[in-house]
Amino acid sequence: MPRGLLVVTNWKKWQWLRWFEEKPKVARFLLELTLFDTYICPWPWLAYTIAGLVHVALILNLVAVSALVFIWLERKISGRIQDRLGPTRVGGKFGWLQTLADGLKLLTKEDLMPATADGFLFRIAPYVCFCASIAAFIAIPFAGGPYPWIAQHLNTGVFFVLAVLGLEVFGVILAGYASASKWSLFGAMREAAQVVSYEVPLGMCVVVPVLIAGSMDMVVIGDRQAGWFTNWLVFHDPFTFITACVFFTCAMASVNRAPFDLAEAESELVAGFHTEYSGIRWSFFFMAEYGSMFSVSILAAILFFGGWHGPVPITSLLGVGGEVGTLGWGLAQALGLANVLFKGVIGVCLMIWVRWTLPRLRIDQVMTVCLKYCTPIAAVMFLGATFWHYNLPSKNFFGLTDVPAEVYEISEGWERVAGESQNSGNTELVAAGEHARISSLSDQVLLENASLENALLENASLENVGGRR
Amino acid sequence: MESIYWPTFFFWLFSLISCSFAVGVLLASNIVRMAFYLVLSLASIAGLFFLAGADFVGAMQIMIYVGGTLVLLIFGVMLTSQERFIEMKTPSGEWVIAFFIGASLLGLLFQVAQGVPAWQGMDRLEAEAIAVEKTATPIGMGLLGVRVDKLDETDKSRQAGMSGYLLIFEIVSVHLLVVLIGAAYLARAKRKQNRENLASVT
Repeated sequence: MPRGLLVVTNWKKWQWLRWFEEKPKVARFLLELTLFDTYICPWPWLAYTIAGLVHVALILNLVAVSALVFIWLERKISGRIQDRLGPTRVGGKFGWLQTLADGLKLLTKEDLMPATADGFLFRIAPYVCFCASIAAFIAIPFAGGPYPWIAQHLNTGVFFVLAVLGLEVFGVILAGYASASKWSLFGAMREAAQVVSYEVPLGMCVVVPVLIAGSMDMVVIGDRQAGWFTNWLVFHDPFTFITACVFFTCAMASVNRAPFDLAEAESELVAGFHTEYSGIRWSFFFMAEYGSMFSVSILAAILFFGGWHGPVPITSLLGVGGEVGTLGWGLAQALGLANVLFKGVIGVCLMIWVRWTLPRLRIDQVMTVCLKYCTPIAAVMFLGATFWHYNLPSKNFFGLTDVPAEVYEISEGWERVAGESQNSGNTELVAAGEHARISSLSDQVLLENASLENALLENASLENVGGRR
Repeated sequence: MESIYWPTFFFWLFSLISCSFAVGVLLASNIVRMAFYLVLSLASIAGLFFLAGADFVGAMQIMIYVGGTLVLLIFGVMLTSQERFIEMKTPSGEWVIAFFIGASLLGLLFQVAQGVPAWQGMDRLEAEAIAVEKTATPIGMGLLGVRVDKLDETDKSRQAGMSGYLLIFEIVSVHLLVVLIGAAYLARAKRKQNRENLASVT
């Protein structure tokens, strides 16, 4: 008997489906759920909720799983640096399940709280840290193009990420204060002083790629670096190269990694702000720390190291890509995602390497590094990058290569406002052209306001004439 | 579910969170708890800005108010208070004065908000038709003297008035620079005095 008939004769298995004959509304609901993307969903609220849940689940898993991997990596790398093997047994080869065993141990530990502690703030502090660390991923793109892979495409993504990363210190301060222990309070105060100081050079370093790309939109900044590695902003000019180094130093300080981990200096403060914490609450602090390490590394990758564009443009060399929604497009975006994650992991590995190589700084040395070195260097590099970009606005790779033409086509989204009211027919074309003009002009805007304004007004009037014809 | 207009729902949600934590600031007596409630209140105001499509203002709210001000507040609290978990009691006279000032400000703002005709009676279809505009770069260009949102203006006489907000921007920048220099001047190490002190000690 042919196999297909066998299936049909086995129909009794499907008899429960007849239940739906009596409940057509339920059947319709389920059908519409399963055919979700094949036609327009009749319940937009449901579609939005599911889309939101998918984003939340992906981000939560990224942070949690990356913490799992990074803790293992940290133990392996530190072991190798100290001429040891690191974990070798749990989970077979390389001890890759070591973190899971640690997690189980932490789950079963007793949840302690000092008797004199402020209970509410003590309990909530780890979650504040963790939330701030996760919230940064909302605005971080993992693949670019006109339909980027990003939870919430913000117009001012870089700024949002910086603002949210600064909130993590609040959880640490709450933890240190609520523990009612002097070691915790000292750690929290150090952390507050350090993070507030390092936000200044960090912000100055971030301004440089924003200036060159002409946008605070991280998708635009990433797409500005499309093509070979020569287009990466770190190689844009000597000033951006140094800026990238300063950015990485400041990022390491702002996420409290050694040699800047004064807040938890175990040789002086027992364990700093988390002295009184144990078990799962303690592990939340560490998930937050590894999460924000990963997010600043991805931030560095997008701002300076090409983001989702690899050193070699594999997708365009192989011809992968195509219309949005096709398999080729998905492959190209997935390659971009792999690029971003790989660069992020490399950044985290660098941080681990630095941690196990350099000794911890004293608090006055930390402040000296920030105020006497990082801030002035960042300021000078900002001026230098401005000057370089003003003189060579269409050059990449230390002024040796030209900026590819498609960079001028990148749209930030607001350009349509300018052309829409009169040139409704060829809005797209006008918008693209106008953006190219404006973005090339915006390079000069810092120094030549008056002449630029005249040029723009002339452009506008020329275009209006064209539109009327 | 279809009849619910979700932006309105989220507006009420965020404003409820914001207002209730603002009341929490009033009722709490521990100063760090107050700061914590204030953070939540200000953060949900940032949520309102994001809901209104003003990404830049929302991020600014987080950066300046939620981040900067509260870290400074905590600095102040921790450096000034001598004993741990300090409790603050508000005298009843201050409650009465604060209530009158707050209530009169609320009444004034409410009346003004109700008095703007453009803010009244927008129906749902009209509201749904409003497209979110990406405003960060146009605002930035406007601050540098170029109004890219007004390029279509054909009237020559009106073009002259569209030079952007360069002057305001410059005034604010110079003002901030003055504040920075002033702060550095006030906080500088007073070397001469220190030497005299050292001399007197030795």
